[in-house]
Amino acid sequence: MKKLAIGLFPAITIVLMVWGYYQAIYVAPEEQTMHEAQRIFYYHVPSAMVAFLFFAVSLCGSIGYLAWRHSKPDLAQASDAWALAGAEVGVVFCTVVLITGPLWGRRAWGIWWTWDARLTTTLVLWLIYVSYLLLRRFAAGPQMQTLAAVLGIFGALDVPIVYMSNRWWRTQHPAPVFGGGPDSGIKDPAMLEAFGWNVLAWLCWGLLILFLRYRVERLHQQYAAAEAEEALTSA
Amino acid sequence: MTRALFTHLAKDLRIEWRSKDAINSMLFFALLVVVLFSISFDPRGAFAQEIAGGVLCVATMFASVSALNQAWAREIRHQVLDAQRMAPTSGAELFLAKVLANFIFVTIVQIALAPVFLVMYNLRVEGQAWLLALVLPLGTWALVANGTFFAALAIRSRNRELLLPLILFPIFLPALLAMVLATTSILTGDGDPTLWIKLLLGYDIIFTTVSLLLFDVVFHAE
Repeated sequence: MKKLAIGLFPAITIVLMVWGYYQAIYVAPEEQTMHEAQRIFYYHVPSAMVAFLFFAVSLCGSIGYLAWRHSKPDLAQASDAWALAGAEVGVVFCTVVLITGPLWGRRAWGIWWTWDARLTTTLVLWLIYVSYLLLRRFAAGPQMQTLAAVLGIFGALDVPIVYMSNRWWRTQHPAPVFGGGPDSGIKDPAMLEAFGWNVLAWLCWGLLILFLRYRVERLHQQYAAAEAEEALTSA
Repeated sequence: MTRALFTHLAKDLRIEWRSKDAINSMLFFALLVVVLFSISFDPRGAFAQEIAGGVLCVATMFASVSALNQAWAREIRHQVLDAQRMAPTSGAELFLAKVLANFIFVTIVQIALAPVFLVMYNLRVEGQAWLLALVLPLGTWALVANGTFFAALAIRSRNRELLLPLILFPIFLPALLAMVLATTSILTGDGDPTLWIKLLLGYDIIFTTVSLLLFDVVFHAE
């Protein structure tokens, strides 16, 4: 039963991705001012949502590791694996945001980049999680996980600032689409539907990669623990 | 709380007073950065007013990193750090004392650098000058509090000198932005620096609190 579910999820994800592509490129109506270039919205915004979600997963993993590392070691190791997987896959999706954004911006605004609040803080978010991954690579020994968990918490404090920046400062980046001023929100139901399908598709894809990465990390941990035990008992 | 704090602080200040390692190297490095920027960007007239705030902040940032690395490396020699861990005081007091000591050193460097700056960039303060006395300490505190914490974090890694700026600068960026924009706004007289000052204050409070809470975790990580 479990194997069936595990096999079915990637299949469903691929179907959703194809359907989302069809919705975004063919079904959704053309936008008024930006015409076809606006379609990148169906990739840019879902990627941003998934990136934020996975950074939140990473934060929960970091907190879990710090909370349980003495009382429940195995649970703490699982938490640490979530922290790493969340950060890595989050960085990938954030990279997608930072690449699709300028591509869209060049077409829509005429400039690749600008140092306004939203773009700058998203770049800073990306830098913070890349530095988290660097710490994991450079720090050695058993305390690496503790130190990385602490850095993960620090990094996560930046996330609200990124989200609020769009509301605090008048920026080049468009104002929030959902929950912005009185004229915000997607009015056309066909566009909303295409957007919804793409959010679902990219979320499933992200979750698939996240679960795979988590599994790989858990296996790494278990092999390392087995090696350490063998070294102890045989020596 | 205060007794151990003052002991740690007095120790750090005394060591620094005798050797003057950190202050000398910071001062010289900051001066070098100022000169390098002057050659790269040719500050003249109004342009100098625009970039002076940024150059001051960046010079402070690069200069502090060298002092921060030194601060903890000194403790690791002769197993002083192990002795500190065994002491009955909380790690937070050691941390706060280190932050205060580094804050004093960096502020001394900034004060020594200020006349050099005024001369080399022909600066006139168009806005409210007294606000600078608020902005610079707040920005320096943000740098030093985070820097001391991350220096302690990086101390056990392979490339500790390299790792500190890599993990410090991304997290420090919002405070740097606020500090530069506030300083530029005060120097040029354009815009209102109060939003940025509030951001700096909020940043300082949040990150100092979190650092104090989490320092023991890092200190005893084994």
